[in-house]
Amino acid sequence: MTLNDNVNIEIKLLLEAIYLKYGYDFRGYAHAHIKRRLLNRLKTLGLKRISDLQKLILYDKDAFARLLKDLSINVTEMFRDPSFYLSLRNEVIPVLRTYPFIKVWHAGCATGEEVYSMAIILKEEGLYERTRIYATDLNSIVLDKASEGVYVADQIKNFTSNYQQAGGKGSFADYYSASHGLAMIDRSLKEKIVFSNHNLVTDGPFGEMNLILCRNVLIYFSRELQDHVIGLFTESLGGSAYLCLGSKESLKYSGHADMYDEISKKEKIFRKKLLWPRSQ
Amino acid sequence: MKYSAVVIGASAGGMDALRIILSSLPATFPLPVMVVNHIAPSSTNYLTRHLDANSPLVVKEAEEKENITDGAVYVAPPNYHLLVEEDKTLSLSTSERVKYARPSIDVLFETAALAYGPALIGVVLTGGNNDGSDGLKYIKDLGGTGIVQDPATAESNSMPNAAIETANPDYILPLEDIAKTLQELASL
Ligand SMILES: C[S@@+](CC[C@H](N)C(=O)[O-])C[C@H]1O[C@@H](n2cnc3c(N)ncnc32)[C@H](O)[C@@H]1O
Repeated sequence: MTLNDNVNIEIKLLLEAIYLKYGYDFRGYAHAHIKRRLLNRLKTLGLKRISDLQKLILYDKDAFARLLKDLSINVTEMFRDPSFYLSLRNEVIPVLRTYPFIKVWHAGCATGEEVYSMAIILKEEGLYERTRIYATDLNSIVLDKASEGVYVADQIKNFTSNYQQAGGKGSFADYYSASHGLAMIDRSLKEKIVFSNHNLVTDGPFGEMNLILCRNVLIYFSRELQDHVIGLFTESLGGSAYLCLGSKESLKYSGHADMYDEISKKEKIFRKKLLWPRSQ
Repeated sequence: MKYSAVVIGASAGGMDALRIILSSLPATFPLPVMVVNHIAPSSTNYLTRHLDANSPLVVKEAEEKENITDGAVYVAPPNYHLLVEEDKTLSLSTSERVKYARPSIDVLFETAALAYGPALIGVVLTGGNNDGSDGLKYIKDLGGTGIVQDPATAESNSMPNAAIETANPDYILPLEDIAKTLQELASL
């Protein structure tokens, strides 16, 4: 057995310990990223072995909180991948418009930029009043930031340019107020949004959604875990409802792929097939 | 076979340097090649198409969780880190920039080193920063082989210089000789 094999055993045990102690389940996440972060953390802490790290986080909650931050990737922005939002507006919104009530789920919403982007589109399309948006993440620190909706003003330039490329119909400046280097999202955009904690690995489905967006979350999962989560979405979507993934993600590794039609290959927009009940 | 994979990192001037190497490798080149070239976040897949058109090998943009196949060339997409999994599949990530770069050469090299150990060849090409130097050292520390483009033949020499200083590479080669050496090493 090489040293690397030993390290992998220790990582397995550490992830098990984290799950048992704190309930965060990283066991099915893609390995390379997790390992790189753990080895970096080991170095900064001046520890020799992953098993030393295990001892530390089992008995020191704050040390675990810091490690959790290391393991999380929360990078996001408003109208990230503008061409996706343009497709959403052109392909999906016209169908949603025919529904009396619209339920949207943002799974893995991080600090909320994506959720407010969606709220802006729905507002501009006159659909916001009959929408409910469920925005979830496993990380309560980012969820708190999401519900505050306060962002660093430096980012506004980028957000504005994304908004325009995404087919924005108004002026982006109407959606926030800036002061002291911060940009506060307009309160009216928050009205229909419910933020809550939900773990895609360990929690259950979320009823009868018309649209689920889960972008840039599945890339961090193993093929098996991706399949599990797609299954969860399939259960949570109503008939003919939409599923949107991140631009580098796919249904390729999921056994549920044949339950969906591909609406936009490039933008990763899928639509659940309407399955007629078998005649008796 | 002594080697199982090649990783290449390039920055300023990388497009031409990569083309020269990939166009000189034969269609029968037996190892997979993973490539990071620093590129603007909003770029299209032009680099990949350009390299594919100029190489006898299949050059494609890396997709998340895809199996690594011998003789294929995988290019990191703009704005994503490319990581190698120990089960010989590829991962992408949007995590923070490393040394201001995403994709990062260090991230590719370090994860590939963990996946391939001594069976890995790392190549640092032209570039105006020091990405890749720590990654190449990591490859060498785990028993792999390091090649650096001779700074005198590089459009931008800081990246090769940094790699030479940090990683003590096995070969420092003019650009034109790198493909030949890769072929020789691949046949060991
Ligand atoms: C890179 S962010 C993506 C944010 C946003 N969807 C976007 O595309 O810009 C990934 C988010 O997924 C969340 N996440 C990771 N694993 C999760 C899980 N098992 N359940 C719920 N959320 C998870 C992380 O906390 C993080 O906020």
